[in-house]
Amino acid sequence: MDTAQIEPGTTFVWPSEDVSQIPFRVYTDQDLYDREQRVLFQGPTWNFLCLDCEIPEPGDYKMTYIGDAPIVVVRDENGDINAMVNRCAHKVSLICYKPRGNVKEFACIYHNWTYDLRGKLTGVAFGRGVRGQGGLTEEFKHDEHGLERIRIENVRGFIMGTFSDETPPFASYIGAELMASIERVFIKPLKVLGYHSQIFPNNWKLYVENNKDSYHASLLHVFHNTFGVVRPTMTGGIKLSESGWHHLSYTQREEIGDDNIDKEKVRAKQKDYSLADTRMMEHVLELGDKVTNSIQTVFPTMVLQQILNALAVRQLIPKGVNESELIWTILGFEDDDSDMDELRMQVNNLVGPAGFISMEDGCVGGFIQTAAKANVDAQTVLPMGGRKIEPSQGSRVTESAVRGFWKGWRECMGV
Amino acid sequence: MTTKIDLDRDLSLRLRIDALLANYIHCIDEDRLEEWPDYFTNDGRYKVVTRENYDLGLPVALIYCDGTGMFKDRISALRTANIFEPHVYCHMVSALKILDSSGPNIKTQSNFTVTRTMSEGQMMTFLCGKTIDTVTEIDGELKFKERTVILDSRRIDTLLVIPV
Ligand code: FES
Ligand SMILES: [Fe+2]
Repeated sequence: MDTAQIEPGTTFVWPSEDVSQIPFRVYTDQDLYDREQRVLFQGPTWNFLCLDCEIPEPGDYKMTYIGDAPIVVVRDENGDINAMVNRCAHKVSLICYKPRGNVKEFACIYHNWTYDLRGKLTGVAFGRGVRGQGGLTEEFKHDEHGLERIRIENVRGFIMGTFSDETPPFASYIGAELMASIERVFIKPLKVLGYHSQIFPNNWKLYVENNKDSYHASLLHVFHNTFGVVRPTMTGGIKLSESGWHHLSYTQREEIGDDNIDKEKVRAKQKDYSLADTRMMEHVLELGDKVTNSIQTVFPTMVLQQILNALAVRQLIPKGVNESELIWTILGFEDDDSDMDELRMQVNNLVGPAGFISMEDGCVGGFIQTAAKANVDAQTVLPMGGRKIEPSQGSRVTESAVRGFWKGWRECMGV
Repeated sequence: MTTKIDLDRDLSLRLRIDALLANYIHCIDEDRLEEWPDYFTNDGRYKVVTRENYDLGLPVALIYCDGTGMFKDRISALRTANIFEPHVYCHMVSALKILDSSGPNIKTQSNFTVTRTMSEGQMMTFLCGKTIDTVTEIDGELKFKERTVILDSRRIDTLLVIPV
């Protein structure tokens, strides 16, 4: 594969023909990180911004990020949602510095330039100067100094944003099959039940890979095996978009050949370990099927989750080469009754930064980061399920979706 | 006006709650976590929430225990199922305030910080915030009927597994 000019004086070469070996350097290199910001996050990708239901009233706004870029999403007087880069056109100060709120217009605190809710520059303080002195000259055109607008789509209440005009419409971006699985879960208007934030001591891509790595689920998360939430032999599988960029991993309630579990070397399987209180494992079949577990990724950094009745969208924000932040937005349906609210409270013990079956995902990336930086020229191997990027029926013991991620990364990065 | 009798009662109550808090944090900091459920009544409720969610009135907790069974499950999962780099806490608790002591359930609040020290020795200020507790007397002993830990520090570094 060609070498790509990353920054003047440096080049990066993908070291093999396919994506079954990953050079450690991708997790540790500042030049690659900078390039990711420009050509991947600000390139032809869809990024989760916020939920429609978080900004119900005109003037409601929410701050968010696409990669490192600060974004503000706001509902205007007509009820339409707009997204702009949260960056004044004057000296690039943040326009919003409170995470959420309600405004009539945006006024930059530095020199009080004002913008309407669509990002149009409406006023420049002392634009006419003071007593005929100073101010703007004739050549300054207000129209040329608005906030940078972000293209958005509302996907079942999830507001998605992209910097690029080249990005295909969301439905063709992820493909019909994966669009159908979003529609399978998010069948009704949503409500937010809470937020969590979790800092990972690792490069953002390690967490994304971890989500696509269906191979680890029953091995790292021992809670799964012990309580039988997910086992590698439960029915289910992996679906991939045609591009390979996005994936769905799912399991269903019916178990086939589950006795095989004892023949596999699964760590710390403890037969005598049972829950004293099983309320958090209760599952109300609210979606009309028996899927217990559905983890769906949208390239690059969005995860949609249904684990029993625990619904969430996770947004990963890179924070430099060695750190990333995961924002969990915990969801319910708007028409949930108080019993359902309580059940979701219970089942959310499974997920989040303190979740019984998710906390390990917080530390494993750091273990890799620590070990990888000692030799950035070495490579990881992804041999499970061969070298191809293809869906898997029945088994989740594959790294196909991880390879799909690297295909997407290379295509965006041009390496 | 506060009478001397009020003051005496208030002081002895403070001392008892202070002792409860001290026993509770030493139990956690010394890794005697199997004793942790005993600090709560059988129908005790425990929540670790962020100040962000609390202020927005959003219900979801990082950790939610409702009744002894769930307290025990948290500890048995920590001991046998969950995987994490070994670490210890050191709690600092201060500014105990009694919000309501008029009935059998005493409502209090206090501030805390928790430092976390990893197995390789590095220490960080891991959590800080406020607890709002409802304490009640069972067989002459004070126990938490309800304990809500409200984190100012809402970004959790890596993971949260040991209770606060
Ligand atoms: S930086 Fe915004 S008005 Fe000057
Ligand atoms: Fe995981």
